[in-house]
Amino acid sequence: MQIIKDKQITDDAWLTITDDAELKAGDISVSLARWKKDKQLLLGHNGKIGVRIGPADSVEDIAADLDHIQLIELDFPDFADGRSFSHAWLLRGRYHYRGEIRATGHYMPDQVFYLSRVGVNAFKPEKDEHLPVIINHLNDFTVTYQPSIN
Amino acid sequence: MYQYNDTDQTLVNERAAQFKRQTEQFLKGEISEDQFRALRLRNGLYIQTHAPMLRIAVPYGLLNSKQIRKLAYIARQYDKNYCHFTTRQNVQFNWPKLEEVPDILAELASVQMHAIQTSGNCMRNTTSDHLAGVCIDEIEDPRPYCEIIRQWTTLHPEFDYLPRKFKIAVSGALHDRAATQFHDIGVHLVKNDAGETGFRILVGGGLGRTPIIGQVIKPYLEKKHLLSYLEAILRIYNLFGRRDNKYKARIKILVKESGLEKFSELVEREWHLIRDNLELSADRIDAMKAQFTPPAYEPDADRDTGFTTHQLENPAFATWVKYNTAAHKIAGYRAAFLSLKAPDSPPGDMTDTQLDAVADLADQYSFGEIRSTHRQNLIFADVKQADLFALWQQLDALKLATPNIGTVTDMICCPGLDFCSLANAGSIGVAKEINEALDDMDYIHDIGDLKINMSGCMNGCAHQSVGHIGILGVDKKGTEWYQLTLGGSSENQAAIGERLGPAVAKDQVTNAITTILDVYVKQRLADESFLDMVNRVGIMPFKQQVYKGQVYADN
Ligand code: SF4
Repeated sequence: MQIIKDKQITDDAWLTITDDAELKAGDISVSLARWKKDKQLLLGHNGKIGVRIGPADSVEDIAADLDHIQLIELDFPDFADGRSFSHAWLLRGRYHYRGEIRATGHYMPDQVFYLSRVGVNAFKPEKDEHLPVIINHLNDFTVTYQPSIN
Repeated sequence: MYQYNDTDQTLVNERAAQFKRQTEQFLKGEISEDQFRALRLRNGLYIQTHAPMLRIAVPYGLLNSKQIRKLAYIARQYDKNYCHFTTRQNVQFNWPKLEEVPDILAELASVQMHAIQTSGNCMRNTTSDHLAGVCIDEIEDPRPYCEIIRQWTTLHPEFDYLPRKFKIAVSGALHDRAATQFHDIGVHLVKNDAGETGFRILVGGGLGRTPIIGQVIKPYLEKKHLLSYLEAILRIYNLFGRRDNKYKARIKILVKESGLEKFSELVEREWHLIRDNLELSADRIDAMKAQFTPPAYEPDADRDTGFTTHQLENPAFATWVKYNTAAHKIAGYRAAFLSLKAPDSPPGDMTDTQLDAVADLADQYSFGEIRSTHRQNLIFADVKQADLFALWQQLDALKLATPNIGTVTDMICCPGLDFCSLANAGSIGVAKEINEALDDMDYIHDIGDLKINMSGCMNGCAHQSVGHIGILGVDKKGTEWYQLTLGGSSENQAAIGERLGPAVAKDQVTNAITTILDVYVKQRLADESFLDMVNRVGIMPFKQQVYKGQVYADN
């Protein structure tokens, strides 16, 4: 499938591993709970590791592990739950995470300008037709009033 | 008054364009109802009982004559020739058409106005003292800090989807006229022992369903740390505020449930990590102060003698001066209130004709500036005493000179059942009835300082819980009933009103109010205000008279 990464439409090959599924070969993303549970196993995984963080999770829990994690997915069960905006800020601003931060789930294309400002650099669209829309909305404003990550 | 630079103008233009596009997408079915709701609320647009309602931001209550003329134009062109001033110093239009709202926002942007974040679960308009910069009890003018906060809150990328709405008020005077103890964050300019000016920060105050008085979280904060401290509070709230129940989602509940000590520990820890990166430089503060330099006051304005003569010769003018003007820090000047509480007009409403006339008067008498107050009136802050008589005559002709500021008919009142889809009961009609019963100005003046606040439902937009007399509309099996409270105050000695007893029926409200006033007139001590008397005797004497031989609902 295709996603937006660094303002470009790109192909994406990451595999999402649900909590009850076996690990697979390749680049895989797991939930924070799975990461905590199977950390040792995952550290030996042949392929890149991504971790999914929900609004109720605490990013502090993976602060010490960030060197081993190449992707963090901020999952939006509901666009109105703004905790993920602070999670992104903390990952970049506090823990200096430099890997990919990707918004997934039910965020709105109209939120991507804010998301990119707090450090999200990749977007998995809810629908394919959102791909060009998201790229457009990344430029909704040319001015800002306050510092953030970007 | 603050003037937009290129960045400010670009931002409101781009916001208006963004909303135009969002509205078009919604009308084409490309954005869901649910998503559009979140987007339109952040542009001040509610869908109400009869039509959409558009709430426009008036940052800390400041307007210029050009902006007032634009509001008049919008009222004529897009609404039914009037607008409504709210308790948070903003302006509302009750009849715009959804398709036309983007055009209204573009009109507003052309005069440096907007409707950004006037509703929705985000940081709202920053409010302040309506006498900022001119009052005699000021430590420092709060407006530069209000503008700094306005900019910081506007389109803040991290805090636009908070658990619930978030309101900040700033006061720079000894007397708190901005109800800072009832805001999510209250900011007070204070002096420390070394004589330096900084901020005292309060947190967790609020009205609505669960009225709570804010608590001091930081007794003294250096100016340079203002934004980092706000950011720390907001980040903790965004991460830990409750999202499971909208009635428990305000920061006041988080502060209450975690306890002030635990909450401030979290904030302090966060703040220490960010404060060095987010300092307000002295240059930035000075540049902002330069936007609020005093107007060119005339020296010797106090030499004029006509002011005194007119008062001696014209008792009606003298009465207006007494009730509707306030002392000014410059000798020979006063601040003049425009009462939006004429007996026959809904509290806070103004017609397009009045708006246009007021804009002209402001140009003529008050340096082209107008302010809105949180009690839903307007102020000309800088009127020469020599001009007051002429101003009064013209305001009188416009029905804006009812000498009732701070009195029982200067009621705060929400739109209620007439306009608001959340209402349980009407408020405008009740206000009118109370007004009609209190038609004797001498009696009103004899009663003196008395604030009645009336809301049409538990949301408490008219702050009934801090009214000296509070009136709250409740629904009982489809009929309108009213809960009365006594003894509330949003000023320095903040207090939440005590419930008088069971709710009264709609046709008994006016009677209850006049009974309460009678008890006060009969039992007060010399020079004792209503609030002082309630604090002295409690609610019993009032309760006994109000419920004497009356039928009422049983809770
Ligand atoms: S108090 Fe209730 S009825 Fe009145 S405006 Fe607010 S929500 Fe509407």
